[in-house]
Amino acid sequence: MVEIPAGSAHAVPAAEVEDMELYHPKSWWTKYVFSQDAKIIAVQYSVTALSIGLVALVLSWLMRLQLAFPGYFAFIDADHYYQFITMHGMIMVVYLLTALFLGGFGNYLIPLMVGARDMVFPYANMLSYWIYLLAVLILVAGFFAPGGPTGAGWTLYPPQSVLSGTPGGQNWGILLMLSSLIVFIIGFTMGGLNYVVTVLQGRARGMTLMRMPLTVWGIFTATVMALLAFPALFVACVMMLFDRLLGTSFFLPAIVEMGTQLQHGGGSPILFQHLFWFFGHPEVYIVALPAFGIVSDLISTHARKNIFGYRMMVWAIVIIAALSFVVWAHHMYVSGMNPAFGFFFATTTLIIAVPTAIKVYNWVLTLWRGDIHLTLPMLFALAFIVTFVNGGLTGLFLGNVVVDVPLSDTMFVVAHFHMVMGVAPILVVFGAIYHWYPKVTGRLLNDVLGHIHYWVTFLGAYAIFFPMHYLGLLGVPRRYYEIGETSFVPPSAHTLNIFITVMALVVGAAQMVFLLNLIWSLFRGREAGGNPWRATTLEWQTPQTPPAHGNWGKELPVVYRWAYDYSVPGAPEDFIPQTQPATDGVTREIMA
Amino acid sequence: MNVTLLFLAVIGAIIAWWLAGQRLTSKPWLEASPVKTATGLEEPPAPAIKIGLYVFLGVVGALFSLFISAYFMRMASSDWWGMPVPGLLWVNTALLAASSAALQWAKNEAHHGSMENLRPALAAGLLLAALFLAGQIEAWRELNAAGYVLADNPANSFFYMLTGLHGLHILGGLAVTGRTTVRAFAADLPPAQLSLSIDLCTLYSHFMLAVFLILFALFAGWANDFVDLCRQLLS
Ligand code: HEM
Ligand SMILES: [Cu+2]
Repeated sequence: MVEIPAGSAHAVPAAEVEDMELYHPKSWWTKYVFSQDAKIIAVQYSVTALSIGLVALVLSWLMRLQLAFPGYFAFIDADHYYQFITMHGMIMVVYLLTALFLGGFGNYLIPLMVGARDMVFPYANMLSYWIYLLAVLILVAGFFAPGGPTGAGWTLYPPQSVLSGTPGGQNWGILLMLSSLIVFIIGFTMGGLNYVVTVLQGRARGMTLMRMPLTVWGIFTATVMALLAFPALFVACVMMLFDRLLGTSFFLPAIVEMGTQLQHGGGSPILFQHLFWFFGHPEVYIVALPAFGIVSDLISTHARKNIFGYRMMVWAIVIIAALSFVVWAHHMYVSGMNPAFGFFFATTTLIIAVPTAIKVYNWVLTLWRGDIHLTLPMLFALAFIVTFVNGGLTGLFLGNVVVDVPLSDTMFVVAHFHMVMGVAPILVVFGAIYHWYPKVTGRLLNDVLGHIHYWVTFLGAYAIFFPMHYLGLLGVPRRYYEIGETSFVPPSAHTLNIFITVMALVVGAAQMVFLLNLIWSLFRGREAGGNPWRATTLEWQTPQTPPAHGNWGKELPVVYRWAYDYSVPGAPEDFIPQTQPATDGVTREIMA
Repeated sequence: MNVTLLFLAVIGAIIAWWLAGQRLTSKPWLEASPVKTATGLEEPPAPAIKIGLYVFLGVVGALFSLFISAYFMRMASSDWWGMPVPGLLWVNTALLAASSAALQWAKNEAHHGSMENLRPALAAGLLLAALFLAGQIEAWRELNAAGYVLADNPANSFFYMLTGLHGLHILGGLAVTGRTTVRAFAADLPPAQLSLSIDLCTLYSHFMLAVFLILFALFAGWANDFVDLCRQLLS
């Protein structure tokens, strides 16, 4: 039995958190442009990330057009195709999803959800955004540089990435890509320190770790992971820059290119792969964990049920984070490694499935007999669960060494990772935007446009990626500009390719509806009020909507309960916000 | 990647230890009302900036352990010739250690609240670190003159890259320590107000000294014997 002190003011511990001194902007510039307010920085991050994401989307159309109508579009030659693949992959993973989940949602939600006035280091936070923007600009510069952007594939494997046979290899392309990543990592580190330390030191009174919403847990854990994993990419990029510019041989073996012996020798391409995947695998979870956290909150709020197994959810997040640092070499089964290592990495990979499965069960059990409101955030959360399970199952196939070897580098892999780390997180991004847009702007997004966006995106994504599994089983390789005449690919595969492309264009069009909605609702959306979803967490309890600078008016909030008191019997409404003190009538005893 | 895994294990242990103190097994849904603190007389929480520095050092640690992992993996190939460690590096090590010691002295003075010794101590720390950097550049030049150029051999490449990166970190530390020193000289601040900044500069400087010692051990080849030992234990 847990003893519950009668809720009253004197049970409040002495101020653990001092009110922080805020920087007060003096001009329009420091208020809206060079702002140190995490909420503005969050919007800046999000808009930048979505804009560059749009570029990646357009690139995917171009690729699909080529795959469906090989050779029809004269301007897409093989070089361009590789450049599109590379930029599409890198932008989607790093510059869109990572930046949006951590820089965008992290900045907006962490201070509000833990009851802080702002991030703990606002100045570094501001720098973080501007450095990120610089990274994006360097990346985009690749499109205009002589020789165009790099076409090395988003994995940037040397030696090919710095050789003249690869677009951008002996040109500006690879240099800009590597520098952009280095700059991105520096900027991210500044932001990341903020997110971590704000969770550690900035929480309001009464906000214990176990009272934090799972969104915060997800973003927090992902940030810790990113702070440890991105240095690996940093190291890989710096060493490759040395190889490419200063003639060292970290990664480059002796190579005869076009009849001339290059000056490099003895370098180890495998070393690069280790470094890259030491970052690359955790990166999957850096994107996934915030998505997990957000989905948990969306489901709980819109099904009016407290989250099932909160503790297990927290532990699962932490365990997944820890495990994902010891599985990287499962991306290298085909690199000729010692089979014993292959076995070790296959085992750890399969073990990760356990906490992940626990999370899925808990979401389903949260929904079970819930009062499910099919709002747009809920719809997207449901779509996420379905998609994630789907992608997870094919992932179990690929986690087995024997199965992976024949499927490696086919369209099956492309379909798999688009399901788990492409479509699934993007669905959460949408759900989250529909959910929190009213807090950011004070207005709801339009429902009709939202439903069009939802159904076309959800069903369309399946129409795109489901058939791709089949193509992969036929043996259609990935990263092929065109497959030409082959005996193992039947003509029907070609029809399928056209179908996939058409669906990709349709899904793309639906995103334009979404953009339109974002802009239209900013001016014409229905007024939302402070707490349209009747949610318990702190960000919905701010005195103003959108929250003012400093978030909380005069008094910092005090937290009296966990984040999931929904459908509480006997409560005047069907939820109790975290800020409401315990009253004798509604002491909690129901659960267990 | 063994070095990196070792580093991660250490970080993991710290995180696990910290989480162990966070009541992760509590049942938050049963506990309405604020969680009580044990007594009213708790220690004030560590300043955010200090925690921030610890986290940052974690990131820097990850960075260097990854570089060191790469060093060992690359060393395994046959085209690796060790490089002689210039004697000047001993002097530089001494300078960096002295700089760290001077900052430690400044830190102690700040805690005792005495300003007279604090200023020279800070200035000495700053100067010694700057001398270290100058010494490092001189060492580069000597090596270059002796024909050990960057692209010649991976051992050379790593030497220049790692010392360069370390130097950049020192340079960053110099900027911050410099600012603190200016503040110490400029106004009649009570030492208590400087104390935190000095603490942080000292911590950073000790950390970078430790990194340098490890790098030194690497270049001098002592670390190899240790790694060979580990290899034998593992196989
Ligand atoms: C409608 C949306 C999308 C479409 C139509 C699409 C299409 C494609 C196509 C055609 C390829 C190249 C396949 C090949 O020839 O090997 C590709 C690669 C890739 N995509 Fe997407 N994609 C979409 C969304 C995303 C998202 C949201 C992500 C975020 C994680 C993503 C990440 C990647 C990655 C990492 C690659 C691999 C790049 C490489 O091989 O270097 N994609 N995508
Ligand atoms: Cu992986």
